[in-house]
Amino acid sequence: MRRVVITGIGIVSPFGIKNDAVWDKLINGQSGIKNITYFDTEKYPCKIAGQLLQGEEDGAFHAEDFVSKRDQRMMDTFMVYGVAASQLAIEDSGWAPSSDHQYERTGVMVGSGIGGLQSIEETAIDLYEKGPRRISPYFIPSTLINLISGQVSIKYGYKGPNHAVVTACSSGSHAIGDAFRLIQRNDADVMVAGGAEAAICRTGIGGFCALRALATKFNDAPEKASRPWDKDRDGFVMGEGAGVVVLEEYEHAKNRGASIYAEVVGYGMSGDAHHITSPPEDGNGARRSMEDAARDAKINPEQIGYINAHGTSTPVGDQIELRAIKSFLGEQGAKEASISSTKSSVGHLLGAAGGVEAIFTAMALKTGVLPPTLNLDNPDEECQGLDLVPHTAKEKSIEYALSNSFGFGGTNASLILKRV
Amino acid sequence: MSDVFNRVKEIVNSYLEIDADKIKPESKIADDLGADSLTTMDIVIGLETEFNIEEIPDEAIQKIVTIQDIVDFVEEHQS
Repeated sequence: MRRVVITGIGIVSPFGIKNDAVWDKLINGQSGIKNITYFDTEKYPCKIAGQLLQGEEDGAFHAEDFVSKRDQRMMDTFMVYGVAASQLAIEDSGWAPSSDHQYERTGVMVGSGIGGLQSIEETAIDLYEKGPRRISPYFIPSTLINLISGQVSIKYGYKGPNHAVVTACSSGSHAIGDAFRLIQRNDADVMVAGGAEAAICRTGIGGFCALRALATKFNDAPEKASRPWDKDRDGFVMGEGAGVVVLEEYEHAKNRGASIYAEVVGYGMSGDAHHITSPPEDGNGARRSMEDAARDAKINPEQIGYINAHGTSTPVGDQIELRAIKSFLGEQGAKEASISSTKSSVGHLLGAAGGVEAIFTAMALKTGVLPPTLNLDNPDEECQGLDLVPHTAKEKSIEYALSNSFGFGGTNASLILKRV
Repeated sequence: MSDVFNRVKEIVNSYLEIDADKIKPESKIADDLGADSLTTMDIVIGLETEFNIEEIPDEAIQKIVTIQDIVDFVEEHQS
């Protein structure tokens, strides 16, 4: 079987857009959660989110650095984030095809959970106020989820598989997993894969408020709001951005002297067949997803040293995931593994979460530092006997790490990465 | 140059972001200025809004080749 490694990472996040700076903030226990400034939140029960850095701040995101003003007309914000993270990942990997064959063997698979929500919202208002004639011809292509992949393919001339994944909050993980399979199965040698999301807008925040899914008790202390597994957690905090990796066949990467972050060795998927937004009480979908990933990687669950959990900070979901992890790792495995949720620092990036968290997982393997779970002041009963890396990062050399992502509709994805 | 021309030039340039001096009455919107069919439609919406024209019919849009064609159309239909 062809081996697949990560040779480039690109991140657009509430911690900025520079890989090293993002990682430093993460392992230093900083929070990227602040008050929402994009719109007036007065009537919204949730007033906080993980927005990208703005203006003159170091690592601030400026769309025009990646996409010309003219081309921004044909891209919703989520697409600009996805294209930007793809560019950063490609530059980081140093991959530059030079022959027709190489272009044809390079593909793109960047997903999103929701897609062009802001453009849909704004166009609906225009439609209501001014009528259908005023709809931009770019409206549809600016909102379609697979147009990140389309735009990246056009920009770089990549003629390999051009695909996208839509599985709500597991989109990023599924995209990386599916791209991994495409390389394994010899459909491509290089894949640009990950997820992007930009839903911090009126319909996005309002919609998740309607689901009672967002944290609302910590509007006055945003950095405390995302608190996975803590007894006072009351919902997730939305983040935005994109996480994209360059996946590459191992020999291909070695032959061109690329530097390698980690190897992707296992990918598992499952469906809950239970409820549109809630997982089953025993977490069997999550457990089966992790088991499939371990089987795919041909390792025992006890060999996993770190799990980057889905851990969104919702009352029910957090508990069920831990139950599933314990059942997956077994008694001994659960004692030895460390588990953390980086959503405690940057919030839940929805369809981009799997992308940025795969990057964080790869960095944990590469650096031997595990990012912390912030705000875990009073752990839930379910946490007993587990190392959830509370408050501060931890040095621990690990060989295998797993990243979980679960999405509405009862869809689960688990990726296993290996230190190289 | 007419006032209408200057306003048309400004609108077209806001969509194309090219050197404004390149936009002359005889400039062909597709061949000289590089607008594809989607961008042309986007510009049409901008013109309708700016000049308060209800709806430029598709047959008229198809006849528009140069900037001067736009200026003529606007001067004829402006309300």
